[in-house]
Amino acid sequence: MDLFEYQGRDVFERHGLPVLAGGVAETPEQARALAERLGRVVVKAQVKVGGRGKAGGVKLAATPDEALEKASQILGMDIKGHTVHRVMLAETADIAEEYYFSYLLDRANRTFLCIASVAGGMDIEQVAAETPEQVAKIAIDAVQGVDLAKAREIVAAAKFPADVADQVAQIAVKLWQTFVAEDATLVEVNPLAKVADGRVLCLDAKVTLDANADFRHPDHAALEDKSAVDPLEQAAKAKDLNYVKLDGEVGIIGNGAGLVMSTLDVVAYAGSEYGGVKPANFLDIGGGASAEVMANGLEIVLSDPSVKSVFVNVFGGITACDAVANGIINAFALLESRGEAVTKPLVVRLDGNNAEAGRAILDGANNPLVERVDTMDGAAKRAAELAAAGK
Amino acid sequence: MAIWLTKDSRVIVQGMTGSEGMKHTKRMLAAGTNIVGGVNPRKAGTSVDIDGTNVPVFGTVADAMAQTGADVTVIFVPPAFTKGAVIEAIDAGIPLAVVITEGMPVHDTASFWAHAVATGNRTRIIGPNCPGIASPGASNAGIIPADIAGSGRIGLVSKSGTLTYQMMYELRDIGFSTCVGIGGDPIIGTTHIDALAAFQDDPETEAIVMIGEIGGDAEERAAEFIKANVTKPVVGYIAGFTAPPGKTMGHAGAIISGSSGTAEAKKVALEAAGVKVGKTPSETARLMREVMGR
Repeated sequence: MDLFEYQGRDVFERHGLPVLAGGVAETPEQARALAERLGRVVVKAQVKVGGRGKAGGVKLAATPDEALEKASQILGMDIKGHTVHRVMLAETADIAEEYYFSYLLDRANRTFLCIASVAGGMDIEQVAAETPEQVAKIAIDAVQGVDLAKAREIVAAAKFPADVADQVAQIAVKLWQTFVAEDATLVEVNPLAKVADGRVLCLDAKVTLDANADFRHPDHAALEDKSAVDPLEQAAKAKDLNYVKLDGEVGIIGNGAGLVMSTLDVVAYAGSEYGGVKPANFLDIGGGASAEVMANGLEIVLSDPSVKSVFVNVFGGITACDAVANGIINAFALLESRGEAVTKPLVVRLDGNNAEAGRAILDGANNPLVERVDTMDGAAKRAAELAAAGK
Repeated sequence: MAIWLTKDSRVIVQGMTGSEGMKHTKRMLAAGTNIVGGVNPRKAGTSVDIDGTNVPVFGTVADAMAQTGADVTVIFVPPAFTKGAVIEAIDAGIPLAVVITEGMPVHDTASFWAHAVATGNRTRIIGPNCPGIASPGASNAGIIPADIAGSGRIGLVSKSGTLTYQMMYELRDIGFSTCVGIGGDPIIGTTHIDALAAFQDDPETEAIVMIGEIGGDAEERAAEFIKANVTKPVVGYIAGFTAPPGKTMGHAGAIISGSSGTAEAKKVALEAAGVKVGKTPSETARLMREVMGR
């Protein structure tokens, strides 16, 4: 989960990192009230996408009235498809120098990486491409972490100026502690800035948290931006379903993340022959595929109004296909009893463990909405065809 | 022969007495795996009857190894305890640890990996978040269904469980030397490259099928490795061409970040290394048949 800047700032502050006073506002009036407390402020759009400065989402405000005015300009703006629902107000700083500092997951080396540069304030990938000598990348051992000695090594490698070296080293240690304590996969400060009075401050905060670690961070649930989550994704999450909303017409239900990803691809290929119909969602119902899970999955997929047909693609590995077939049939009954009778066609492909028995159950049920196709490619094609016909 | 897991492998199960552990221990036994014990500190000294096989429970991995000669452990413990379980296996010096657990925090995986490296990489770790490893007809360590395909001359390495099963099923008439599910997490122990190297050296593996998915650059690195080191034919499949950037697709590691980790980039890299890449699982199976003249 990516945090908003204001949430990242709060996390940094809680872990003792030097940040400017700030707060978040959802209305221009709230922005004015905050500015009365903070004085001269910078008003920053809170969107989880880069380039907001260029888009006009960051403005200075000298007075509370001006803060109200700037906030009302920024709130509601569209930045690269993200609507601005909140602005962060922060004290202004007289920046003397801008640096870059981050810790992140290094998948390739199976460890963590520190990236530090004295050329901050801009896109670090651009700096790395144009002047690679200005970007230091230092591998961090996950067990040994970053102590003051390691921090000094980073400071030296990135050639931070002598007058800020101690402060940057202290920040490097605290930022590492934050990274570990919060189970983050990214903490990025850009810019890390030296201000006129010589202090080094974190002027931005980009934080990504590892959802797999939620079990030891009960406080992280409150950081989720419920307004931005698709309502169908939210409903699916409440039912413990692994669902991602996409923008096509063929509902997808399958077992196993890899197989479902593959199903999306196969449907998209097939759809290109039927007016460009596309998969409407990713839904992995996992290994079990009981009637209840199947019913919950169908309910979510069918409640997406753009869905015109559904492709259920199951490979019976551990689960037997006869159980899956019964799950599908029972799901129809379950949904009818919930007052949500299925009205859209389902194409079902069952293969693997007990596939013959599963197919026989589907045939025996004789449900006009359920069509059995025995290959993944053939079923994808039929589901695309039905979706195109239903458009 | 097969890679890493053979009929002589002596397998223990950490978390055997839990519900998942018990269910899959039964299945592994039925598949002919030589299960020599379970590990549970609270049940040390007891034994469990599993479909007529008496399986002793030991307090630690080290105990189990000392008393049974175990050389493989399969780990089914919940995410909160998995780091400890893997570190225990590493410290005991067991040659192969298969970590089935899904949902491990990546900091935990990074730290057991750092521990493995610091202690000299004595333990091959497969996973986490993987279906395990199966050498059909010889042994099965994990949750890969044993009856999909028999033994044969294809080596398979995959990030995805169900795509492993799908591919085994498509090519069941040819059969497999070993199938390795390496898992879909951002940090994993055994990589595509490790499996490719082992298959290249395995005299009973004639051709290799490699299944990848969006996220990271493991497939690109595997492509470079293939170009330089693999002379056996490799057929590839990549899932997630239509996945949108920034969304995690089921597996924790299956995410396109910015422009990196796309299926297209992986396909291009593999094809540049001479790997035939199928557009769908069935086309991939067809390519493998062509390559093998079957």
